Amino acid sequence: MSNAVSALNGKVAAGEVTIREAGLRGMITLRADLSDSKVKSICTSLTGAAFPSSGQANCDDAKGLCWMSPDEVLILVPYDTVADALEQIAKALKNKHHLAENVSDARALITVEGTFAREVIAKLAPVDLHPDAFQPGDFRRSHIGQVAAAFWMRDQDTIAVICFRSVAEYAFDLLATSAKAGRVGFFA
Amino acid sequence: MLTLHCPYCGVDADETDLHAGGEAHLKRASTGSSDDAFEDYLFMRENPKGVHFERWRHAYGCGKWFLAARCTATLQVFGTYRAQTHEPPQDIKDAISAQRPGWSWGNFR
Amino acid sequence: MSTRLTGMGRLINKGKAVEFSFNGKNLRGFEGDTLASALLANDQMLMGRSFKYHRPRGVVGAGAEEPNALVNLGEGGQFEPNQRATTTEVFDGLQAQSQNHWPSLEYDVGAINTAFARFLPAGFYYKMFMYPRAFWKHVYEPVIRKSAGLGRAPKDRDASTYEHFHAHVDVLVVGGGIAGLAAAHAAGEAGARVLLMEQTADWGGRAVVDAPMIDGIPAEDWVKNTVQAIENMSNVDMRLRCMGAGVYDHGYALGYERLTDHAPEIEGPRHRLWRIRAKQIITATGAIERPLSFAGNDIPGVTLAAAVRDYVVNYGVSMGDRTVVVTNNDDAYRTALVLKKAGLDIPAIIDARPDAEGPLIDEARALGIRVEQGKAIAKVKGGKRVKSVGICAQAGEGAVLEEIACDCVAMSGGWSPVVHLWSHCGGKLIWDADQVMFRPDHEKPPTGADGQPFVITAGTANGHLFTAEAVSDGWAAGRAAAKVAGHSKRGSQSPLGEDAEEGPISPVWLMPQGASHELRSKAWLDFQNDVKVSDVQLAAQEGFESVEHTKRYTTLGMATDQGKLSNINGLAILSQSLNADIPNVGTTTFRPPYTPISMGAITGAARDDLFLPVRKTPVSAWSNANGADNEPVGQWRRPYTYVREGESVHDAVNREVKNARENVGLLDASTLGKLIVKGPDAGKFLDLMYTNMTSTLPVGKCRYGLMCSENGFLMDDGVVVRMDDDTWLCHTTTGGAERIHAHMEDWLQCEWWDMQVYVANVTEQYAQIAVVGPKARKLLQKLGGDMDLSAEALPFMQWKAGRIGEFDARVFRISFSGELSYEVAVPAGQGAAFWDSLIAAGEEFGVMPYGTEALHIMRAEKGFIMIGDETDGTVIPQDLNLNWALSKKKEDYLGKRAHLRSHMADPNRWKLVGLETVDGSVLPDGAYAIATGENANGQRNTQGRVTSTYYSPTLDRGIAMGLVHKGPDRMGEVIEFNKVDGTTIAAKIVDPVFYDKEGAKQNV
Repeated sequence: MSNAVSALNGKVAAGEVTIREAGLRGMITLRADLSDSKVKSICTSLTGAAFPSSGQANCDDAKGLCWMSPDEVLILVPYDTVADALEQIAKALKNKHHLAENVSDARALITVEGTFAREVIAKLAPVDLHPDAFQPGDFRRSHIGQVAAAFWMRDQDTIAVICFRSVAEYAFDLLATSAKAGRVGFFA
Repeated sequence: MLTLHCPYCGVDADETDLHAGGEAHLKRASTGSSDDAFEDYLFMRENPKGVHFERWRHAYGCGKWFLAARCTATLQVFGTYRAQTHEPPQDIKDAISAQRPGWSWGNFR
Repeated sequence: MSTRLTGMGRLINKGKAVEFSFNGKNLRGFEGDTLASALLANDQMLMGRSFKYHRPRGVVGAGAEEPNALVNLGEGGQFEPNQRATTTEVFDGLQAQSQNHWPSLEYDVGAINTAFARFLPAGFYYKMFMYPRAFWKHVYEPVIRKSAGLGRAPKDRDASTYEHFHAHVDVLVVGGGIAGLAAAHAAGEAGARVLLMEQTADWGGRAVVDAPMIDGIPAEDWVKNTVQAIENMSNVDMRLRCMGAGVYDHGYALGYERLTDHAPEIEGPRHRLWRIRAKQIITATGAIERPLSFAGNDIPGVTLAAAVRDYVVNYGVSMGDRTVVVTNNDDAYRTALVLKKAGLDIPAIIDARPDAEGPLIDEARALGIRVEQGKAIAKVKGGKRVKSVGICAQAGEGAVLEEIACDCVAMSGGWSPVVHLWSHCGGKLIWDADQVMFRPDHEKPPTGADGQPFVITAGTANGHLFTAEAVSDGWAAGRAAAKVAGHSKRGSQSPLGEDAEEGPISPVWLMPQGASHELRSKAWLDFQNDVKVSDVQLAAQEGFESVEHTKRYTTLGMATDQGKLSNINGLAILSQSLNADIPNVGTTTFRPPYTPISMGAITGAARDDLFLPVRKTPVSAWSNANGADNEPVGQWRRPYTYVREGESVHDAVNREVKNARENVGLLDASTLGKLIVKGPDAGKFLDLMYTNMTSTLPVGKCRYGLMCSENGFLMDDGVVVRMDDDTWLCHTTTGGAERIHAHMEDWLQCEWWDMQVYVANVTEQYAQIAVVGPKARKLLQKLGGDMDLSAEALPFMQWKAGRIGEFDARVFRISFSGELSYEVAVPAGQGAAFWDSLIAAGEEFGVMPYGTEALHIMRAEKGFIMIGDETDGTVIPQDLNLNWALSKKKEDYLGKRAHLRSHMADPNRWKLVGLETVDGSVLPDGAYAIATGENANGQRNTQGRVTSTYYSPTLDRGIAMGLVHKGPDRMGEVIEFNKVDGTTIAAKIVDPVFYDKEGAKQNV
């Protein structure tokens, strides 16, 4: 798989808030009964992350779990371990109704990093990004501009955004334009 | 621009995150149904001024369909609830009765 | 003359002069000036021309309500028409031009209209431009279009940038006067998250001009202290130059922030549109002074009384040397007092009230100002400038008692609260007869999602014209709003304001009360659109009794100021004419935005490349670098064809078809939808989704499937693949992936929720490339890998997973071209590399990419239908002779019941056939087959239509498909199709499969 490239191949727009396409990321969509202990434990064992509750994401840079819906979790693992992870899931959930699909290539992960990262997202999404309302660990699916996006805070100055691969360029340019337009000063 | 509470993911979703799906609680008529019953199912709608039951999908969010009890005249939302039901739950009916005594909609009241 | 006064002007910085130009003339102002104040300081009273009669127009207000002083601003990419001089801050290099005149502001040919004013009454356009009908298109429309519209349309692209911002707050306070400041302060102290916006560049509103005492200190100091206190609160955000533009459902509001209009050197977006969700909204939007209706009230120099003192106090500018004040209330006396104290002459105060008394009136008299009571202005004399006023008794018919020379008239008809934001989302008004105003009716507020009020109105906007009540009302509103939002920390005390005592206002809608028709037809209501008292009276006389009808008939309030000055006066005149009470006539509807906002702000970042998301496949970059002529398919851009140097689009398409039929072609099919359907009930579920049997498809095989809506109409098609025991892969059309995914989820969640099925949209996970043509197998075999792709190992309509070369691949032997064809899916990340290796390895086989047009031609040669061409939402599978795909074994599937309806089973439906022109030419797309006779509307009867039509390079002739009445029973018959030039073209009904009827070529 030496010839695999991510949607924007690590493109960067540097500035006070820097927009960066994160490169190849392993992502697995798992649809299953999320209250099932086997489902939880395979997710946890693959990522080392605690199983997220509704509206939460537990992620570090390379691995993590995002709560997508009452019966869907997004599993983040290193890109080249996806096939192995899928095998482990299949084995662990052998007799349970579930769907696990590799979506690593279907999506792009873009990071927004800088002092007014919150405001860059708030320019584009109808979501309350005030520090009282959105903190590291919170996860939200919504839209930025005209495309679907999911995002969470890695830390106070970094927001990770996931969008579909086909619109990665649009999403990147939109984020970069909003970052370049500067601070609003609303989230003091 | 409505805000509706998604009963699945708990988000108060902006209307731009939602997709409207028309009237709720339609009873599917299929093979074996009479022409009249099938016509009712396909085409006949309540279209009220006042209490109404609607389908909404949290399209940009968790992707789940949910149902909303809403006043079409004032846009007051009496409640939202999961789609896996054939009629509004009692707490939703009670919430409507508290605000709109004597309401009725289809066979519900 | 209007001029700058020494030692006055609280908003201007006399230490910093700025240079600007007006109609090419270079002028000077000061930092802090508005364009209006700077023009007045240069004795430029004339600022524009009215819309209909091209009457000379001077400034009438000092703020957002201004109807007259509209200018074209800027040049080139910064050009913008219809900007109010009163809300435009001057800066070095500002360029302004007046509007609606030719050849110049001073000498305007269009002013001839004023001479014909009596021939241009209300409803003139409706009455005049009716007959003859033949004139509509070529005479009336061009003439009206030419004279329509103020200002110039911009020609250049807008060079500025814009953005949106989503803010969620507990309390939004609109208006930064004393009520708004008190509200924001109180709400902030209570602990609420607050956003406070003020449309001008300064805090304090009117109070800082009129300078009452608040908490024992002058208003200006109180404002400074309060602003300071609010700035220290981290939970309150304050925005100047930010207008509350509109209030919408469920606490949604729009704010319009002008970031660089006053200082173009600032980097960043020009405007920011705030998209706000507020739990509570406080509208502390103040009030607007009403003009008085007397003859000649539109002559430059006739100005609102409060505006006259604003110019003196804020900008140190006098409108004239001799100002006559005319009023029906005490407040206007403040103007006389301010002017007199500034050393200007006040020849008289004309008060329509016969017996008004009070401290302000006493003070005016004490300063030696002549006060005439029970009097009115009969007529203003002057052309481009006021010269004098004729005084008469208000109770009379306008006999002039005395003429007073003056160059400015300061008028006040009382104050109207700015109720727009309150009303946008359903708040109702009540008529306050004592204060002569409509004010918000607290019993009927706008309500939110919980059915509770979400707008609180405060201060002057709430009808509280006095300082004490306005400031305490604002404070109370702030506490109340915060409390509703869940915040009630203890705070400081409500501020205390002090006021001079004032006598009651008297309603005066016409001056004098018995004014003759001649006077009434010179008494303006709407200054911009030239609507006079006589026009509204005529409308009433002609039966336009509804205020909404009168508005449209006369154009009252339809100008860019949306009737801020004219509405109340107009409807008072209407109610008098109808002998009805004002509240019974009611107001017109208040609609957002409060004042016009820029198109750029509405657009935000969505312009140029960000206007619309364009979806790209992993192959798009290669295609765009190799001659792709793209067409939009949904939000994708797919290559229509790949044009080579020196080749036409048509040539390119033909070359691609031929090459795929003779050698090998590559199609980027990545856009096709790919849905994984998995679970114990997946087969059962898919049997309901598709019309044919899907559950019985063996693992490893592919089957073409049709989907109908519950109405029975075809909605999508595609190849369904059985992946394993409980997993299917459903291909959809390019435009269908998201739609069919949502459709499946809908049925799973809302109807068959007991089924154990999960669906995932994996469309973008794969780059899918169709390798098509007699040499397709050779090409793939050359790449190597671990799969046997021979006809025996991988027959037609089967699939395999493995490796091709070094790529992870799924290979589907499906064909939409009729040729030997492999559709190969590789992970999207490897898509570009896979495509590159196919191109490189295929050189010896003559490989060429082909686009969607070649795809269309090849499928049409094979008689394959295309969703969206052969279907249009009214076509059922039976129309397309696809009965074979309708399972008879299944008890139920979506559309099955609908197909039993009488119209669906009607033998007279138009059905799919092939069409061959007799002369070999190409049928026009969408052409109708004509039949004998006419329908009830006198139109030619039809018996069919063309659904797909192409030149077939394979057959070297035109081929087409169409739906024809009983078509399949009429093989060989020749029918006529219409052409746009009125002639017809003959075509023979034939079998729709034109090429390789036996399917031998695809099955090798």
